[in-house]
Amino acid sequence: MENPMLEVRSLTKRFGGLVAVDQMDMQVYPGEVVGLLGDNGAGKSTLIKMVSGVYHPDGGQIFFQGKEVKMVSPMDALELGIETLYQDLALAENLDAYSNIFLGREKTKPFLGFIKVLDHEFMQEESKKVLNRLEIEIPSLHNQIKTLSGGQRQAVAIGRSIYWNAKLLIMDEPTAALGVHEQRKVLDLVRLLRSQNIPIIVISHQLYDIFSVTDRLVIMRRGKKVAERITKDTTPEEVVGLITGSEEVERNNRPG
Amino acid sequence: MPDAPLGGNVKNSGRIGLWLGRNWVLLFLLLEVVAFSALGTRFLTLENIQNIFVACTVVLLLGMGETFVIITGGIDLSVGFVMGFGAVICAKFMVILQAAGLPQGASIPLAALICLLIGLIPGWVNGTLVARLKVPPFLATFGMYGIAYGFSEIISKNTPISGLPHAAGVIGNEYLLYIVPQKMVSFLVRPQNITRLEMRSMLAIIPIIVVIAFIFVGVFSFLLRRTRFGRHTYAIGGSMDSALRAGVNVTAHLTIIYMISSFFASLSGVLYVLKYVTGRADAGSARMLDAVVAVVIGGASLYGGTGTVKGTIIGALIIATLETGMVNLSIPYHNRYIVIGGILVFAVVIDQFFPELIGRRD
Repeated sequence: MENPMLEVRSLTKRFGGLVAVDQMDMQVYPGEVVGLLGDNGAGKSTLIKMVSGVYHPDGGQIFFQGKEVKMVSPMDALELGIETLYQDLALAENLDAYSNIFLGREKTKPFLGFIKVLDHEFMQEESKKVLNRLEIEIPSLHNQIKTLSGGQRQAVAIGRSIYWNAKLLIMDEPTAALGVHEQRKVLDLVRLLRSQNIPIIVISHQLYDIFSVTDRLVIMRRGKKVAERITKDTTPEEVVGLITGSEEVERNNRPG
Repeated sequence: MPDAPLGGNVKNSGRIGLWLGRNWVLLFLLLEVVAFSALGTRFLTLENIQNIFVACTVVLLLGMGETFVIITGGIDLSVGFVMGFGAVICAKFMVILQAAGLPQGASIPLAALICLLIGLIPGWVNGTLVARLKVPPFLATFGMYGIAYGFSEIISKNTPISGLPHAAGVIGNEYLLYIVPQKMVSFLVRPQNITRLEMRSMLAIIPIIVVIAFIFVGVFSFLLRRTRFGRHTYAIGGSMDSALRAGVNVTAHLTIIYMISSFFASLSGVLYVLKYVTGRADAGSARMLDAVVAVVIGGASLYGGTGTVKGTIIGALIIATLETGMVNLSIPYHNRYIVIGGILVFAVVIDQFFPELIGRRD
């Protein structure tokens, strides 16, 4: 079997007395879409924030492309090629769409030979291209994010996460704010990226989405991994049971 | 996809209302000029207009630093006393370097340079407190307000510093260009050997300290509008957490922002020394209010994320025009505080209830 693109070993994160992520192990292989499931507060978002450099783990290791990585800031993760679409989108609402897509990694051009200034034309052109791929209409690239609808904001955030040729893409609730048509677009996009061998971690509460795009499921409860399933070998019923914990109870009660 | 401007389908009357709402500051400035011209004497003269620009330099410079800070969603209450600190340091070093035997041409710029370098320290402390130790900007800079003032009084021994090199006052009070009608044009040097009559008709154009101030304003305006640094400044004000997750080094950025603010405050201190040939701890004491007012009436939101240099320039001009106009009409000076305080409250109310009027960036 191929080496995993991402591997976390015994990853742990505490907030005060609360253990948000407890000794978590997980692998993601190239070209694989992994669904990360769990109830609210199960630790999914905390886990991915460690992988994206936002939180520093209190224990455990992260390996990316076979090498252990220690990330001190989100920029470290971005430089490794780990792109994250956050549940809250993480957009600067006072800036326009293209400024957000390039935020932190703005394209510059020389001015008077030695000063680097923002290359607005380049950033606008590139943003237009990436948003066209998503086929979601944005009224104008110059409008501030706060004037856009929820779906349009989501499109900008998704556009940002796929623009940078990610080696690993993490999508936290990618379809939450979208209409039916746009949801399908995003799921198609996930399939397209997988066909380009880009591994993706998808967090979603929409089981339909999860079952239609993922290859494998990792289920968390109270900070721990409680199960792993191959998507085509399981059912939504079993998954719901694993998420809520009823499945485990049932199994324990079963004789033998 | 056509680019529809914001509010593109508003009716005409609404559009005028929106324009008025967004440009009320400019109208206010014009109204001020018209009112003072009508009521006062010799208000719209070249000399008086230049006086307004000289009067606006302190507010403008303090306001420039404050613009950066306020865009990030913070506030710097220490600028007035950091200016006094700068003035005292600058004057003190001029005296020391002169006593050490340095010629004026060396002691003055060297003292200014030392002052600008030392002047970065209060900003570094403020920035470290705010960015690394998560102290609310209001409290961190309020602490510095007292600390800077205390140190300035110690250094100046509670008295204005005197015995400065004579040439300091020349830079601070001379003009870029002198024109004696039908006789001569002189660059930087005040014409000598002219009759009393010619002296009276002589035009002195563009005060040097205004030029110095606007050079720095221009450079930092460019920084804010055209560079990644400027873009990150707005992003942090929009959402610090989003900027962080997008890979912006928020801690380092905020530290630099507060250092920019204290740089402008000490620059104001240097210009104060050049103009008044003394350095005193209370040189900029009441100016913190003016600086915040200039930035806020210039369209910046105290909630962060918006603000422009252009707006701050207009804001500073409004205050300077008011000040000059009140002097012209012999209205007692203390009334200005009431008016300026009133304008601040008015601007903040607009910010609060009509947020759609804020958010102009260019």
